[in-house]
Amino acid sequence: MPSSPPSKRQRTPFEKGLDRLFEGTTMGFALFILLLLLAIGLLILVQAWPAVQRFGLSFLWTSSWNPVEGREVFGVLPMVYGTLVSSAIALLLAVPLGLGTALFLSENFIPLKIRTVLVFMVELLAAIPSVVYGLWGIFVLIPALKWFLGLFGVSFAGPSMLAASLVLAIMILPIITAISRDSLAALPPELRQGSYGLGATRWGTIFRVLIPAAISGIVGGVMLALGRAMGETMAVTMLIGNSNTINPSLLAPSNTISSLLANQFAEAKGIQVASLMYAAFVLVILTLIVNILADWIVRKLQAKY
Amino acid sequence: MTTISGKPDDIFDAGSLKAKKSSSRNLFNIIMTGLAGLCILLALIPLVLVLFYVFVNGANSLNLDLFTQLPPPPGSAGGGISNAIMGTLIVVAISTVISVPIGVLCAIWLSEFGSDDTSIDEYVRFGVNILAGVPSIIAGVFIYGIMVRPGRPGYSALAGGVALAVLMLPTIIRTADEALKIVPQEIRWAALGVGASKYQTVLKVVLPAAIPAILTGVTLAIARAAGETAPLIFTALFSPFRFNGITEPIATLAVLVYNFAILPFRAQQELAWAASLILVLLVLLTSIIARFATRQKTY
Repeated sequence: MPSSPPSKRQRTPFEKGLDRLFEGTTMGFALFILLLLLAIGLLILVQAWPAVQRFGLSFLWTSSWNPVEGREVFGVLPMVYGTLVSSAIALLLAVPLGLGTALFLSENFIPLKIRTVLVFMVELLAAIPSVVYGLWGIFVLIPALKWFLGLFGVSFAGPSMLAASLVLAIMILPIITAISRDSLAALPPELRQGSYGLGATRWGTIFRVLIPAAISGIVGGVMLALGRAMGETMAVTMLIGNSNTINPSLLAPSNTISSLLANQFAEAKGIQVASLMYAAFVLVILTLIVNILADWIVRKLQAKY
Repeated sequence: MTTISGKPDDIFDAGSLKAKKSSSRNLFNIIMTGLAGLCILLALIPLVLVLFYVFVNGANSLNLDLFTQLPPPPGSAGGGISNAIMGTLIVVAISTVISVPIGVLCAIWLSEFGSDDTSIDEYVRFGVNILAGVPSIIAGVFIYGIMVRPGRPGYSALAGGVALAVLMLPTIIRTADEALKIVPQEIRWAALGVGASKYQTVLKVVLPAAIPAILTGVTLAIARAAGETAPLIFTALFSPFRFNGITEPIATLAVLVYNFAILPFRAQQELAWAASLILVLLVLLTSIIARFATRQKTY
């Protein structure tokens, strides 16, 4: 069989350059992501600067928001309060429900086929736009709450912290469920078998073996959901009532940072834009802390098998 | 937890290996199973209710006018949401055109070159995670600051598309990165072994193999972007008119739902439900198609 001799041709400088150019271009786009993050932070800070100079850190604990010209005072405390409280209530409701659902879907309580369908449904529900949840909240949830609270003689105006937190809980439930289930389902089957083999009951196995082993994923999912809840805008804006005051009652209207931005940006001018940028910066920092913490916790708790 | 340990007498009948039904650990098991079942019921009820109301109310206001007419002025009945349907398609197309090339090239670097000698890829991956966690309204604020604020071009379909692109990037990068990583290493060795250069290997061998999975990621990102409202309300704004250029404000389904839901007029509220149904169908269908497409593995 005749075989052609191996080619001794070397790559031309042009071809080598093309290779380097390609690698360089892709690297440029990768670095662009870091640049983009930096740009988001910097641009918001720069445009917030007039407000930062004028109000300083007292912006964080001032609780009036007055855009009337000549008497402008801006403080973000009620919105920070609203953001934190609504997210906390949503987590409080969604974590037990989500974790319970995830356990039910990752263990063999029900036939695999039904589980597959339910898992698929949960994942699809995470994709429903938040504005749809808001619409549902206005026309279904609030009337239902009015009726329910009316049974106890409680008067309820409608848009309130309660309504917003409930819808937030419904919205983050699929996130917590999906991520917790994924990390439970990804555990090696030997863990379950070993535990059962030692005589542990099903729930003994779940509490003492499976949850500790999957805790990094579960906590990561919860933190992700917290970040999502804090930044969630549309459904909350449509349901929370947008009142810039701190009211300890859950039945009273309140506001969150993202709702404030959604409501006021399109019509804001001058120092109000700067103040809104300042509020946006506060939101960025809050969610950044939660997300970095989530990343760190997942790394810290990750069990190796 | 005392329920797991316990003396043998508590667990077994005397002289038998059959566990007592009434032992504390069995009771605990039954109660916990019941609680978990309750959890899934409680979790599913609101989710099913949301879908139910969207489908019923949306279907009630569905008709042909929706797809051909413009929204009516406040207070009058009839009309449709044709401009918003068109607008959503246009804005999402703009954001796809921007985010897909950037995202895929970034993913190529991450999976093919990134881990070569530095740890920059770690930073970029971390950056992608952080970007994924940035609230959607912040993307709107950012683009408002660049393209919309007084002295800049102002509200436009383009600004809305760019804001959505910022949100689509992390999804595209992550899925493309994973898709490229699944391509077996042997294929790269084979390509390099027969004399292909790096860019030939990546562009002509690795990337084509990963394309189906990348498309799935892009589809999911598009589905997500189509429903986003927050980044659009002060970038794309809204318009009661037909599309007239990407430098003008534009109507989108998501913003239409928001604007019309808070109006006290029945006709507008019905349009909001109809728009919600169309949005939900759009999002659910694309998600389902994307999921089924990934079932066929290429290698």
